[in-house]
Amino acid sequence: MLRWLIGGGREPQGLAEKSPLQTIGEEQTQNPYTELLVLKAHHDIVRFLVQLDDYRFASAGDDGIVVVWNAQTGEKLLELNGHTQKITAIITLPSLEACEEKNQLILTASADRTVIISLNPEPSEIAMVTKGPVWDCDTGRQVQKVSCFQSTVKCLAVLRRLDVWLSGGNDLCMWNRKLDLLCKTSHLSDTGKKSSLWLSVRFYSMNWISALIEIPKNCVVAAVGKELIIFRLVAPTEGSLGWDILEVKRLLDHQDNILSLVNVNGKLIVYLFIYYVKFCTYIHDLCLDLSFVTGSHVGELIIWDILDWTVQACEHNFWDPSPQLDTQQEIKLCQKPNDVSIHHFTWDEENIFVAVGRGLYVYNLQMKRVIACQKTAHDSSVLHVAKLPNRYDIGSPWCFLSLICSSDRQLISCSEDGSVRIWELREKQQLAAEPVPTGVYLCSERVNKQASHPVKKQQENAILFSLELIGDLIGHSSSVEMFLYFEDHGLVTCSADHLIILWKNGERESGLRSLKLFQKLEENGDLYLAV
Amino acid sequence: MISAPDVVAFTKEDEYEEEPYNEPALPEEYSVPLFPFASQGANPWSKLSGAKFSRDFILISEFSEQVGPQPLLTIPNDTKVFGTFDLNYFSLRIMSVDYQASFVGHPPGSAYPKLNFVEDSKVVLGDSKEGAFAYVHHLTLYDLEARGFVRPFCMAYISADQHKIMQQFQELSAEFSKASECLKTGNRKAFAGELEKKLKDLDYTRTVLHMETEIQKKANDKGFYSSQAIEKANELASVEKSIIEHQDLLKQIRSYPRRKSKGSDLCSRETEYTQDRPSQAATTSDPEESADTDRYTCRPAYTPKLIKAKSTKCFDKKLKTLEELCDTDYFTQTLAQLSHIERMFRGDLCYLLTSQIDRALLKQQHVTNFLFEDFAEADDRAVVRQESAPAEPSQDRPPSRSLEKCPIPQVLISMGSYRSSVESVLIKMEQELGDEEYKEVEGTESGSFDPQDNLDCLDMDMKGSISSGESIEVLGTEKATSVLSKSDSLGSLTVPLSPQVVRSKAVSHRTISEDSIEVLSTCPSEALIPDDFKASYPSAINEEESYADDGKGAIHFQVGTSPPEPGEAEEGSVENTPLQTDASCCIGKETGGPQVPLSSPALTLSDEEGVVSTPPQRSRQKDQGFHVDFAMENSNLSSRDHSSEGFPAYELDPSHLLASQDDSKTSLDDYSDSTSCVSSVASTSSDRMPSSAHPTGPSSERHKKRAGQNALKFIRQYPFAHPAIYSLLSGRTLVVLGEEEAMVRKLVTALSIFVPNYGCCAKPVKHWVSSPLHISDFQKWKLIGLQRAVSPAGTGALHALSRYSRYTSVLDLDRKTLRCPLYRGTLVPRLADRRTHIRRGSTYYMHVQSVLAQLCAKAFLYTFCHHLHLPTRGREAEAAAASRQASFLQLSLGLVNEDVKVVQYLAELLRLHYTQEHPGAIQPTLRFDYVPSFLYKI
Repeated sequence: MLRWLIGGGREPQGLAEKSPLQTIGEEQTQNPYTELLVLKAHHDIVRFLVQLDDYRFASAGDDGIVVVWNAQTGEKLLELNGHTQKITAIITLPSLEACEEKNQLILTASADRTVIISLNPEPSEIAMVTKGPVWDCDTGRQVQKVSCFQSTVKCLAVLRRLDVWLSGGNDLCMWNRKLDLLCKTSHLSDTGKKSSLWLSVRFYSMNWISALIEIPKNCVVAAVGKELIIFRLVAPTEGSLGWDILEVKRLLDHQDNILSLVNVNGKLIVYLFIYYVKFCTYIHDLCLDLSFVTGSHVGELIIWDILDWTVQACEHNFWDPSPQLDTQQEIKLCQKPNDVSIHHFTWDEENIFVAVGRGLYVYNLQMKRVIACQKTAHDSSVLHVAKLPNRYDIGSPWCFLSLICSSDRQLISCSEDGSVRIWELREKQQLAAEPVPTGVYLCSERVNKQASHPVKKQQENAILFSLELIGDLIGHSSSVEMFLYFEDHGLVTCSADHLIILWKNGERESGLRSLKLFQKLEENGDLYLAV
Repeated sequence: MISAPDVVAFTKEDEYEEEPYNEPALPEEYSVPLFPFASQGANPWSKLSGAKFSRDFILISEFSEQVGPQPLLTIPNDTKVFGTFDLNYFSLRIMSVDYQASFVGHPPGSAYPKLNFVEDSKVVLGDSKEGAFAYVHHLTLYDLEARGFVRPFCMAYISADQHKIMQQFQELSAEFSKASECLKTGNRKAFAGELEKKLKDLDYTRTVLHMETEIQKKANDKGFYSSQAIEKANELASVEKSIIEHQDLLKQIRSYPRRKSKGSDLCSRETEYTQDRPSQAATTSDPEESADTDRYTCRPAYTPKLIKAKSTKCFDKKLKTLEELCDTDYFTQTLAQLSHIERMFRGDLCYLLTSQIDRALLKQQHVTNFLFEDFAEADDRAVVRQESAPAEPSQDRPPSRSLEKCPIPQVLISMGSYRSSVESVLIKMEQELGDEEYKEVEGTESGSFDPQDNLDCLDMDMKGSISSGESIEVLGTEKATSVLSKSDSLGSLTVPLSPQVVRSKAVSHRTISEDSIEVLSTCPSEALIPDDFKASYPSAINEEESYADDGKGAIHFQVGTSPPEPGEAEEGSVENTPLQTDASCCIGKETGGPQVPLSSPALTLSDEEGVVSTPPQRSRQKDQGFHVDFAMENSNLSSRDHSSEGFPAYELDPSHLLASQDDSKTSLDDYSDSTSCVSSVASTSSDRMPSSAHPTGPSSERHKKRAGQNALKFIRQYPFAHPAIYSLLSGRTLVVLGEEEAMVRKLVTALSIFVPNYGCCAKPVKHWVSSPLHISDFQKWKLIGLQRAVSPAGTGALHALSRYSRYTSVLDLDRKTLRCPLYRGTLVPRLADRRTHIRRGSTYYMHVQSVLAQLCAKAFLYTFCHHLHLPTRGREAEAAAASRQASFLQLSLGLVNEDVKVVQYLAELLRLHYTQEHPGAIQPTLRFDYVPSFLYKI
């Protein structure tokens, strides 16, 4: 209560001109995370979290260490020390179905210009790792190390279908599982020359491949600077000797750099490329549109057609879903690129959830417009956003404990301000539409006036949804870089404060512990069930 | 001459025995025994007045072959303690009842002198005229220069309270055996070294003689031997013989550990233990010296010298002191052990027994007792869990009165013993009476002596003593506590059955004797009574004094080690106990008021010695003790060595029993804190530091008293004490914010009595932090003292605090405010009543303990009632389980509102503790609730 009022009093100065930061008090009945476990192993910023299986995940960061954790107990399972500098990309190479070996491979690329493939052993094989450049293959640590790169590898991509993986730095390399270099490309930056195999034209520093994703027809899309370059991978046929990478098309509609692309698999395909933003994602969608989407530096979201790579739809004023009357404000906002740049996005069948600056936006693919937004979801840039999978597992014994099961549209976002917030996309009651808490309005009449505009506009635009804050997780003392959601074990967040925090549903954990207790009692033969 | 106290005491007990014991309310094992003379209105503490000494002490005496029985040293080494008590006289008395077989020499049929590794004898005797009763532990040490190579010694625990000796016989015997083992181990080492030296001398002498003979042979060409030559040859022959003899002796002494290791596990562990001790303790000693390999080799620096082949037994030579006889390290260890014993048995018997019962009962609750009890006990439990798997060599243990063995019988015995001190050592005397004689003989003949039988005859003997009017009665002895005496098996095998058995038998049935010393029973072995009382020899007392002093400083080296609890009650039986126990325990504690005056003089005395007036020369020793402390604690966790023979020592230590959980060994600053409480100066001088950091029993009691006092003050001073305590109990971190370190520390120490423990490690309390807090701190600490500083770092700390406000309650000492969730329960008001009539800190502490124990019981019930947590009918709706839990908490346990949270938190800790494989391996998660906080002001 107190904090609320203080917060409300403080905010008008900094944020009054935009919609104020939505806050939630200490009473968060819908927030299921009532238990946390601090995991310490890293000595520097933890940037990446990768889920390995149902209960394990790996973390990597600027200290060059990869740590494998048990998400259930918070136990440190493995520590992989191979890199001498910070890790720039991490990806898992799934085991082949045919192969008996169940172990996963973890690919890590580092600023020390190496890529290490390390084996992620089964729990039974787990032992602590000894430090060394080449890890013991029997105990399954570092399998192999590649260090023939001329530059830092910025991104990694795995093409499962072809069983190859790609590394993108200032060139694009294709490798197989055994770490044979299959093919390599270098290409010019903006001159438009077609690059082909072994063409040795240097990249400009800004034109490193910052993101890579796979698209159909053996193509990959690489984000190079302002360009999106589509490469086609040519598998060895009887005619040709080996693999080849052909540049198919360049999309030059962008005005700013693309940092990375992320590949997601699914049935139907929409490609989303987001400008300035770190991620490019492969989306599926129920409408049979084959398209992909890009967003611009100034908040543009462009949906591209997947097949002929033409623009299908464009959302320009992404940072401001309601057309503002005074364009002056728009200009003002544009001056702060961070406020409108897209950092991350995620999607489900209907919507794309985009982290734009400090806000969160929900873009509906069918309606092709923003249906809900929270312009200042955090105090500073939202770095990662994820939608919780729908959970209809009523049969689960602890289902009743978590309200999260009942709602299907929950969204989690983390930010540079060190907090993680849980949102719920709610269908708006026409009359009770209050996108911002009333507590703040009481503080300043000016705010009230200004804030009432968007509400009105939203209603005019028939936005029927709103993002409601249902909880926040405060634990990190620095920017939360990323998080990972485990359906059974809660949420893992990693941060620049070197920590990883495992957030758990306290009641559920308590129930599990209780079960464990009675199991142990039974094992000891001390359990006497009442008749 | 029959002295009055004997008669009075015994007849009264007989009368008392006829009275029915009316205590139907409580199960027998939970009731606290009443003082047997309470009905007569006697003050139980008035008995001491008859004695000439102010409190119990330990006396070490020697039967010197030169001057006869003489006292060597006392523990505590303070003339005030024994006052006008005639130590010389008493030494004479106690040394003259040594009946152990210490025959060394040429036994018939053996060519060489034979060492007998005789067992110690343990006797209880009383001197009613002096008002002194003693447990006497005789032991024999080897000395190459002594007559028959042996030096008889004895250690006596002297008390004015006969019941105390009788009741605590088993414990005394166990403890003294440890001390004796330590002495003997050191002695064997020293003796072997001495033999080595002697052998070198002899060897050298032989070569010299050889050379001389050769020279003579060459010089003498007449063909016949001169008398000189014959003499030389004889001399050579005797040297040769002496060499063989000494070699044989050396072989015998060296073979001792090996032979013994073939015996029971316990014994071998005992050896390891005693042998390891010096190496652990020895910060000063040479490491190779204590290494096993060259334990019996003498130092290479030794240069042999020519010796005369004649026996050097003469009375003008200086006999070795006790310290010389044993290795210095071992001697120091022994003194430490003895001081430990003295501390352990300090105080009234009633108090000791109550403490023992208390502890025994507490141990049964191993599922819950870690929460608020001393974590040293938690250590015990860890050991117990480990120990429960292997079979216990129970045949080696005396079945009776062994606290470790089975708590409940122990309690029963003590109750019986209050009724009649004569029966004190007895279990089921009536049934065994008929077999007594047979068994005694049998027991003597066979190597394995059944202690039960022994106790029976003890009882008989004591009965016999009733009408004896002698001023010294030997009230009981013990033979063959093979747990502790290494040499048992050996001794009883090598010592031929002697007529002594019969004689002692006869003696034990004698009711009236003209002797001033009546031996009622003794172990059947030969007595060796030296008959030469000749040249007086300067007493060793003065030389030993400093060591006694040192030992006192270092005595706490064992405090942290744990006793074994082999036969701990299984979990099933535990389940029904806790609720009742609390009640009885708390009654015992609350009504046990009168015991305080008795123990307080002792405590203040030791306080002075231990903390405040620390002489500089002691600090080294204390430091050493401190190191040992940790070393042993560590090893305790890993091995069963120490635990096997156990340290009922500290468990019986009254001061330790009362010890608060927050003080012992948590950190140095706890102790600097406690000293600062005394001296009101936060700084700790370098020379005080080691002593203050020392978890001494009395200081911990004082500490706890202070904690209780401060907690009481806090409750009276702050109206919002309840929500603050609720925060602690429910696992929400309480941050005590303040500028002044001493104040913050004081309050943190006071409040730490409410903090539940995670497991068998230190309490999650951080007394003083000045850096900004992180989220992991809240996971680790449940009570934090935080510095409020004006510096940027300080504001950073405050900022962090406000950021993490949902995890913490903040008590601002400077502004007298508290920010924490609302509390509306009924539990904390009972725990911390503002208008309580309790005035004393220790009383309040006990009150808190009892309320918390009750709480633990509730948490236990909640945790282990499976129907609350397990779905009863297949896939039952979980909501039903939740409502079941809620109704159980509310209706059955009577918890309202926030009290539920407390029990739930405790239950969570119990679950974690119970399920985790390795205690202390996993830190509990930080649990929190999204509840609004309120700001409280005065």
